[in-house]
Amino acid sequence: MPLKPNKTPMPVQDSKERIKNFNEVALGYSEADALKEAERCLNCKKPLCKQGCPVEVPIPEFIQAIKEKDYEKAIEILKSKNNLPAICGRVCPQENQCEKYCVMGKKHEPVAIGRLERWVADWDLNRKKEVKSIEATKGKVAVVGAGPAGLTAAADLAKMGYKVTVFEAFHKAGGVLVYGIPEFRLPKEIVKREVEYIKQLGVELKLNFIIGKTKTIDELFEDGYEAVFIATGAGLPRFMNIPGENLNGVYSANEFLTRVNLMKAYRFPEYKTPIRVGKRVAVIGGGNVAMDAARTALRLGAESYVIYRRSEKEMPARLEEIHHAKEEGVKFKFLANPVEIIGNEKGEVIAIKCIDMELGEPDESGRRRPIPKEGSEWVMEVDNVIIAIGNSPNPLVPRTTPDIETTKWGTIVVKNEDGETTKEGVFAGGDIVTGAATVIEAMGAGKRAARAIDQYLTNKKIM
Amino acid sequence: MYRIIRKKVLAPTMKLIEVEAPDIAAKVLPGNFVILRIDEKGERIPLTVADYDRKKGTITLIFQEVGYTTKHLGRLEEGDALLDLVGPLGEHMQIEGYKKVICVGGGSGTALLYPKTKAFYEAGAKVLTITGARTKELLILLDELDAVSDELYVTTDDGSYGHHGFVTDILKELLDKHDDVDLVVAIGPVPMMKACAELTREYGVKCIVSLNAIMVDGTGMCGGCRVIVGGETKFTCVDGPAFDGHLVDFDDLMRRLSYYKKHEEEVLSNECCSGGECKCH
Repeated sequence: MPLKPNKTPMPVQDSKERIKNFNEVALGYSEADALKEAERCLNCKKPLCKQGCPVEVPIPEFIQAIKEKDYEKAIEILKSKNNLPAICGRVCPQENQCEKYCVMGKKHEPVAIGRLERWVADWDLNRKKEVKSIEATKGKVAVVGAGPAGLTAAADLAKMGYKVTVFEAFHKAGGVLVYGIPEFRLPKEIVKREVEYIKQLGVELKLNFIIGKTKTIDELFEDGYEAVFIATGAGLPRFMNIPGENLNGVYSANEFLTRVNLMKAYRFPEYKTPIRVGKRVAVIGGGNVAMDAARTALRLGAESYVIYRRSEKEMPARLEEIHHAKEEGVKFKFLANPVEIIGNEKGEVIAIKCIDMELGEPDESGRRRPIPKEGSEWVMEVDNVIIAIGNSPNPLVPRTTPDIETTKWGTIVVKNEDGETTKEGVFAGGDIVTGAATVIEAMGAGKRAARAIDQYLTNKKIM
Repeated sequence: MYRIIRKKVLAPTMKLIEVEAPDIAAKVLPGNFVILRIDEKGERIPLTVADYDRKKGTITLIFQEVGYTTKHLGRLEEGDALLDLVGPLGEHMQIEGYKKVICVGGGSGTALLYPKTKAFYEAGAKVLTITGARTKELLILLDELDAVSDELYVTTDDGSYGHHGFVTDILKELLDKHDDVDLVVAIGPVPMMKACAELTREYGVKCIVSLNAIMVDGTGMCGGCRVIVGGETKFTCVDGPAFDGHLVDFDDLMRRLSYYKKHEEEVLSNECCSGGECKCH
């Protein structure tokens, strides 16, 4: 059979239809699609794709199992390394990870590893099964934060035989997966089922519980926890510090997305949390969060603009998100930076003033530095401005645990890849260590920390 | 679930509930607040903790029914439960080190003032308390405040009880009479706090206010509760809720508080008097 040069296309909701609803955009492969795509995998002797995966998924092996139609085996292989495959299959930037290294990708399109992962994970979620909870015999571990890093570490530790409690500040587990990433990209039902799986492993979830407020890290040790994993994320919104940022109608992307996703403001007034979106919305930033906000605003009935200070090439968002956003009618203003938000006498946003930028020499991030072009200011009428220029680490835990060292940016200092902090028995990982990054990188950190915690506690018992 | 074990109607639109929340009761201090959600479709709202009982593991919340959620909360009875309750949030108030304090409470703000008044009194400060409301019916916690104040003054806007006028009238008198007041704490409607801040500025007396900005998470994540204090943007939830009244931009706060007015009206008109759930007929 000749090799197919291109990926099996992903069925999607039509762009004209989908901008009127919050249902998932990518509909997922059928079994036939999955089998067809699995055939494209060359099953390389030295699979490079694995190198690109932060959680070390045995990629050719699970794809081989799909080829053999042994889906049970496929999911088993996936779950041996990845506790949240239905989520990763949807939100991982595969083009920069596994698929980037795929040998097929050298001449043709790489194998659609992410789509196959999603298909197997969904197949698994849709069947009835019992998960054997593992008897917890190895001691108590506390995990702070129920986002991707925390949930991954909790699941791995439970599988190793620890009694794990996850403390979460919000009323729902999932972290950025539930408050940040929109329903149309990651249905909350999927997150719920993945969390359900982790609970079935024996992990206890304590919601509405803020470590640093309700209890401190030291109190967790007093309560008998033998190790703590801090995965509190980068949840503090950054603002630009330009005039007009406090006007009504200016949202941080965090607030905008939390209202819509976690609190379901898009179903107001059935759900009681309000959101106010006018005729035209400007989203500032070029990452996935900016794409999410722009596409959400569109679905709430607004004309949606993304303002980004570099060019399209430098945008950190996943290619698929940019592609979907364009398809849906989000408009882009590249090489532009806001300098002022303008309001009316009621203190509400009416316009945004920007300045054109040009690209200079590359900066420390390797991307070309944007430089303002003097005298090039222009004004666009808008009713809302959503600021999606990144988040800072959450300070609640470090502030109340002075013996945990932090950097000047507020991230927790770790001694090594394992996430060991300056406080004994305390490990950290995910965005609280790296600053805002991706779901899968946070999961990778959770995995490594789980292994390190196991080693730490095992050593401690021997000594 | 967080069960309501006691409910008391303090005034027609002012209710008190005592809720089981042992983890919060163990940690809460005067000035802290909690965020609650009544049910799955409910919004998250912040309420300052009015009192707490560490032994019983309960916290007391006092609220005025102003919007949909507080009205809904007001309809809950003893034995009902809140779906979510999280805290204690915000920075607690610094109590130590003051010799003479004037505590000023307006409307439902008096409920938030009470735990601080009590704390100052118990810490040995001389406490002069002023509480005011629109009318006699809306005055709350007079006995409780009296028990933790050296002097208590009461005002009503319509003269139906106590001094006929505003709390600031009495505040001015007290500031004239006592030149050794080292702190004024003012909690109530924004215009009242603004007036207290302006008055104390004239006298050069420090004034702490407690702000009721709109918030979602209460942990610094959304930034919706940002206020301008001394020209800088602060988050009410983590930097506050108490701030130096002389530095707060009250007009900005007032504008921000009005942003969802239409939504509030919509959700109220949808719910109230149509489904009958409100029991107002």
